[in-house]
Amino acid sequence: MVEIEEKPEVSTARPGGRKPSKNGRGPDSLGGILAKIILLGITDAVAAFVLFQLALSAEWLVFGISLLTTLAINWIYLRRGGLPAKYLAPGVIFLMVFQVFVMIFSTYIAFTNYGDGHNSSKEDAIASIQLSASERVPDSPQFPTSVLEKNGSYFLLVTTPEGEAKLGGAEEPLHTVTPSTTGPTGAATGVEGYGTLDFATLLQHQAEITSLSVPISANPEDGSLKTADGSTSYVYTPKLKYDANADTFTDTATGTVYSDDGRGSFVASDGTRLNTGWKVNVGLENFERAFTDPNLQGPLLKVIAWTFGFAILSVATTFALGLFLAITFNKADLKGKKFYRILMILPYAFPAFLSGLVWSGLLNPEFGFINNALLGGAQIPWLTDPVLSKVSVLMVNLWLGYPYMFLVCTGALQSLPEDVDEAARMDGAGAWKIFTAIKLPLLLVSLAPLLIASFAFNFNNFNVIFMLTGGGPRFDGTTFDIGSTDILITMVYKIAFGTGTGRDYGLASALAILIFIIVAAVSALSFKKTKALEDLNQ
Amino acid sequence: MTGITTPGARLTRRTFTLGAVGALSALALTACGGSGTPAASSSPAATAAATSAPATGTSLTMWVDAERSPALKNIVAKFKAEKGIDVKLVVKDFAAVRDDFITQAPTGKGPDVLVGPHDWLGKLVQNGVVAPVQLGDKAKDFAESSIKAVTYDGQTYAVPYAIENVALIRNTKLAPEAKTTLDEVLAEGKKVVAAGDAKFPFLVGLDPKQADPYHLYPLQTSMGAPVFAQNADGSYDASQLTLGNEGGKKFAQLLTDLGDKGSKVLNSNITGDIAKEKFLAGESPYFLTGPWNVPDIAAKGIKFAVDPLPTAGDKPAQPFIGVNGFFISAKSTNALAANEFVVNYLSQPEAQDELFKVGGRPPALTASFEKAASDPVVKAFGEIGANGVPMPAVPAMDAVWADWGGTELNLIKGKEADPAAAWTKMAANIEKKIAGSK
Repeated sequence: MVEIEEKPEVSTARPGGRKPSKNGRGPDSLGGILAKIILLGITDAVAAFVLFQLALSAEWLVFGISLLTTLAINWIYLRRGGLPAKYLAPGVIFLMVFQVFVMIFSTYIAFTNYGDGHNSSKEDAIASIQLSASERVPDSPQFPTSVLEKNGSYFLLVTTPEGEAKLGGAEEPLHTVTPSTTGPTGAATGVEGYGTLDFATLLQHQAEITSLSVPISANPEDGSLKTADGSTSYVYTPKLKYDANADTFTDTATGTVYSDDGRGSFVASDGTRLNTGWKVNVGLENFERAFTDPNLQGPLLKVIAWTFGFAILSVATTFALGLFLAITFNKADLKGKKFYRILMILPYAFPAFLSGLVWSGLLNPEFGFINNALLGGAQIPWLTDPVLSKVSVLMVNLWLGYPYMFLVCTGALQSLPEDVDEAARMDGAGAWKIFTAIKLPLLLVSLAPLLIASFAFNFNNFNVIFMLTGGGPRFDGTTFDIGSTDILITMVYKIAFGTGTGRDYGLASALAILIFIIVAAVSALSFKKTKALEDLNQ
Repeated sequence: MTGITTPGARLTRRTFTLGAVGALSALALTACGGSGTPAASSSPAATAAATSAPATGTSLTMWVDAERSPALKNIVAKFKAEKGIDVKLVVKDFAAVRDDFITQAPTGKGPDVLVGPHDWLGKLVQNGVVAPVQLGDKAKDFAESSIKAVTYDGQTYAVPYAIENVALIRNTKLAPEAKTTLDEVLAEGKKVVAAGDAKFPFLVGLDPKQADPYHLYPLQTSMGAPVFAQNADGSYDASQLTLGNEGGKKFAQLLTDLGDKGSKVLNSNITGDIAKEKFLAGESPYFLTGPWNVPDIAAKGIKFAVDPLPTAGDKPAQPFIGVNGFFISAKSTNALAANEFVVNYLSQPEAQDELFKVGGRPPALTASFEKAASDPVVKAFGEIGANGVPMPAVPAMDAVWADWGGTELNLIKGKEADPAAAWTKMAANIEKKIAGSK
């Protein structure tokens, strides 16, 4: 749930992407049938490809879901009747894939500790710890090596610095042999009774060969030979040993035992933790942390308050300016109206993230255009003072947002009946009275849903915040990289991907769910109010 | 030091000879390490021209950024010819590589090999996605500092190929003589400004929101305040933060003295881009920056020299060095092929030479560096880097940067009445975070 939303679309319903037939013609016409066959054929071909791939990688759950979906699509479009389903199916499928699935996945992540240090499964973590813990014995020589094969087992044939050839396998400690062949540098390459692998064969058995570990003597403490490239091997001893039965790692030098702490890490009794951990379920901990961790609690509340402030003030200011300009430019006798209107919507034509960057430069206290040219060299810290940065963000968002409000208000104004205006004037109402008592309520009926959408958009207005201030200036007294102008979505982004305290997808997902609940609640409440407004007008 | 051309552009007789010697010695070394079987031989130069290996059906995927991709084409072709293994170079947005790799490696869909700076290591190891790389005797062929940088918790994880660090770039027209201490540099800079030849005595790019602990680090180390204590083997001990020691407090005072309320030498509104623009315009005699700005300075026709970093205290000014290297995925299903490519091919002088030609950073391989050092700029950067310390790779660094930068910013802006106390508070905060992130 951390994707960035696009500009709010005016809520005109878009017809479903794929339609089974051409406009106005029944599915029985020739063109309709042809279109149906072609579209369904393409869909099925893609589905067959996907299913095949899924079957190959043994993803059976996803395979089952995809198969059912494909069958359902075919059933919907091949049967007679059921027209609503034919229109709704594409939309519903996209909704499931891009919204419902994402939400379910976010919710799942919110209950885990997925993030830096808890990146994968426990098996992966154990493998990785073993890999890193296997250390080359200091000052041990490097051995020119050949990989030999006998009865399906692999052996390493090495030549010691003294020129002695030694052979060993997984079950067979290294022992001296007499080589049957030697390479150009004098290193042993073959032994009677064993086959020497060439490079292509090595590649085919990479996994077995790179995991082959040959004890150098009968005493396992002496270490074992391993090769990473099939031509050179080194003596390694493990720094940590894994005991599969006890599920613990033991430090071979100090004897410290690291055991599974149930939270995705191996921890010693003194609290030291092995580098690599794994992903586990942590229940409600992420939600709890958001409101109890002293590092997070204070900043989070401040951020929530500012998010509401930012969203409400952004809607209010852009709407006020947009409406004012719309009314001003709605005068029938104004000359050059078109020209002005085009000028008005220019800010809307720039991508928001670009504008954010440009404004960030303009507002540089010393070299920025605003301070330098407009304010005569005043050193106003537009983006680095906690209060002023909030003002700057609101101003830039006003600049970015009013054209949209101007557009929708102009549209709504033009659809208002002229006669109401006239009747009110006949009754002796002044311009202000007409505006507040008649025009504004009428406008709000059609504009209220857009204002709610605009609120939801600004609530998650990532671009402006991130490009202009990056959320700064930072709060004191927290270890998180959160600042005065951070809104919830930028805070979620920073926790999920940002610098500071490492990525924490679990916590970020928990906060994303919090955002979802807030936006859903506010929208539901507002739509209810709008309903009342509509009833009032009827 | 006049008439400097772009790094690597000149191929004099001397560089050629050096190159040939370097190639031969490397050849001898690799041949010693190789086994006898002709197919598995790791002395590729000998067989390169003669035969080309049959295709093995194995292929490696490597994530690389757009700039380095062309430089790897030759070595990839050579690897294909000798070993029959295809290396698919996937060009990725550099900024996204680390996190994408961490996310994708556990699914088994990540690359086998990737290119990145060494300070990713802490994160990569923490998430269990990189495999150790055993360089064996080849480690001796690389600059010691670069091997130290790619070593984490006693294990080597990458084959290094380039070292980068900052240096003091001097406009030789404005300031003809090299100075060694910060006081001398600033005095010289102010003299030039007073004479009306420049506007800024000294330039360093800062971030208006975060200052820049990386660029300012040499000044800090010269006052005896490295970020972490170092173990005997040169690795960092992240449990011992030395940032907040007496030297650090003095450094805090220095930042305030040079900041907005003091001599205004450091200005947090001068971003890296603005600093570069001003230096290119000839408005300052000094610019503390890295090799990434050198091509533009040379292209502008400014006569410049690369000086050692000025000291502000009695210790050497050690910059952070960043080492770029090649990592192998812990989840690679082609571990043997990946090791062969990374350890035995990418460590060859010709691979490192090519990478130097596009990047202009001093190569990590000594033989390649010696060739590249015919360019005085590369030589100077390399010598300063040899004196540097690797940027710490511990995951705790993430927590350190933010506080460090924020406090430096406040000091430069003169917002802290008691610089030493602010610095101590920062150190305490960072210690708390490091403890919390464990």
